[in-house]
Amino acid sequence: MNGERGTGNGVLRVKVLLFARFAELLGQSELMIDVSAPATVRTVLDNLRERAGGSLLPPSPMVARNRVQAQLDTALEDGDEVAVLPPLAGG
Amino acid sequence: MSYLKETPLDVRTVAHQVVSAEQGGVVTFIGAVRNHHAGREVLRLEYSAYGEMADLEIGRILEEAATRWPAKVAAEHRVGTLEVGDVAVIVVAASAHREAAFDACRFVIEEIKRRVPIWKREHYVDGTAGWVDPTAPAGVSFH
Repeated sequence: MNGERGTGNGVLRVKVLLFARFAELLGQSELMIDVSAPATVRTVLDNLRERAGGSLLPPSPMVARNRVQAQLDTALEDGDEVAVLPPLAGG
Repeated sequence: MSYLKETPLDVRTVAHQVVSAEQGGVVTFIGAVRNHHAGREVLRLEYSAYGEMADLEIGRILEEAATRWPAKVAAEHRVGTLEVGDVAVIVVAASAHREAAFDACRFVIEEIKRRVPIWKREHYVDGTAGWVDPTAPAGVSFH
């Protein structure tokens, strides 16, 4: 078990990416979060909501796990990348 | 190769990827920066993206179009700061006949807007700025 992937003892280390307005709300665009296993995307969102600015995140934002759109109850594994996506506005 | 570009888009470059002697119908969609949105005068836009996922998603959309229609489709999207009139997105669909080209082109631009993680921040003539939010009643979020 190395420092980059997990800490053992039932803890998952997840890389969280925030974009656009959500990055502004929390004042950062990338952070590492340790959560207890088993964990879902919702666990990560609950963690974010406890941080400064996090209470302004919407109840059910669009999310992606490892660059694929996911659901709030999508299960996470150690080393996953979770992205919290504001309403899309491409095109 | 990335579908996201930090330099001005060129329709001929995109068309070159799909046009060939077998394709008799070529449909091009060009999305450009408008000078107004939700009743405000827009000065410029800043596009940002979740680049790795955006590339994967645009690739998936182009593959889906290729399986649904007998058409070849290419697309590119700008990121960074764009002025009014600058081209933000280009989709070119080429097929033997026009029906498939129109349908595939329409599909790809609609799916890009619906699925690709790209955001835009509008800067207005009055000095304010806001995040474009198609889900918000005003179309824009200011905080």
